Amino acid sequence: MTKIVDARGLSCPQPVMLANDAIREGEFPIEVLVDTVTSRENVLRMAKSKGLQVEFVPDGDGFKLTITK
Amino acid sequence: MLNRLTRFFASRWGIILTGAVVGVIAPLLQKYGNPKNMGICVACFERDIAGALGLHRTAIVQYIRPEIIGFVLGATIAALIFREFKSRGGSAPIVRFLLGVFAMIGALAFLGCPWRANLRLAGGDLTALVGLAGLVIGVFIGVLFLKSGYNLGRSQKTHAAAGWILPLLMVGLFLLLVFRPVFSEGGPIFFSESGPGALAAPILLALGAGLLIGFLAQRSRFCTVGAVRDVILMRDTHLISGVGALLVVAFIMNLILGQFNPGYTGQPVAHSAWLWNLLGMVLAGLAYTLAGGCPGRQLFLSGEGDGDAGIFVLGMIVGAGIAHNFSLAAKADSVTDGVLTVGGLSQFGMVAVILGLVVCALIGLTMRKKIA
Repeated sequence: MTKIVDARGLSCPQPVMLANDAIREGEFPIEVLVDTVTSRENVLRMAKSKGLQVEFVPDGDGFKLTITK
Repeated sequence: MLNRLTRFFASRWGIILTGAVVGVIAPLLQKYGNPKNMGICVACFERDIAGALGLHRTAIVQYIRPEIIGFVLGATIAALIFREFKSRGGSAPIVRFLLGVFAMIGALAFLGCPWRANLRLAGGDLTALVGLAGLVIGVFIGVLFLKSGYNLGRSQKTHAAAGWILPLLMVGLFLLLVFRPVFSEGGPIFFSESGPGALAAPILLALGAGLLIGFLAQRSRFCTVGAVRDVILMRDTHLISGVGALLVVAFIMNLILGQFNPGYTGQPVAHSAWLWNLLGMVLAGLAYTLAGGCPGRQLFLSGEGDGDAGIFVLGMIVGAGIAHNFSLAAKADSVTDGVLTVGGLSQFGMVAVILGLVVCALIGLTMRKKIA
């Protein structure tokens, strides 16, 4: 089952912290919802630094990132 | 093209470029008139704006600083071009206001924001090392709160016009700067005739510098507090490479311009009462971390429509009024006839810093809403 992290509307660094927590749980894929490009970049950078695959698509007013191994 | 630029600014070179540009511009602004080791200081410049508006009456620090106006509007321009302008707000605004007030009280105990702490160090002011140590401690405490679940809740998308309030306020300040109206006899707008407030680079130069930095920083998300926080929290050195570039480039610029004067006492617009330099920056660092970014970053976020960041900025400006009206702001070291008088805080200032630490700790401890 896809794990969904809703990080919309949260200040730095919470989107990254929540995504990081989900990654630590180890169940993939993980979908992360964010509402700013800044959060999108931050989550993307964090996940890539861990060697994970990340894709994103526009979603409503923000973006949906999908993190896979 | 826009996508390629976005990718560049999100890269390490993007953040290093931003820091390096600040490192070039700040010493130049000092050369062209800004106070010593204060080419740019978000806290000091907001304090000067508070003074110009008459929110405090300390005559030597009153001026509408175009750099601050440029920071906000440069970020607005960048956000509009790259389609990132988004009106949002509603994440515990009154808490953010209070954090802004205490962030300023802490900053004025040290006499500078994290930007200026780096610029002071780059100019040879060794007291800045104590301030930066305080900043790291403050951010570290903030990270402990973040790890234990602290957050101020979600912001919401709001009316488009709401996001324009801070940018338009800045346009209004610029008009006040240009036309210099006098609203009553002996009343505002005030412009210092002596002291740091009277030292200023030409208006258009300062505005242009602010616009350029605002633009670059909005794109690269430059943040002097996020830099420290990310290292502590996640061993992530992305943002701090920008701050490192600022420090190194400003140091080289100061050497070239003959503005490097190493020493611990009697440094320009600084004091050497180490304990209050330290604790002031612990307070400021904690408040910035709880609010999600350094005072510069709050200006850039305000420029892209973030009303919560805008509230923090207004809190800092009001905080400057409080700090000066109630004698909480530090006095700089002074040298008269070769005799050094060490500056520092009044008893009121010391109490205010301690009170601020207690209030911020209570905010960190009590505002832990489950958001999952």
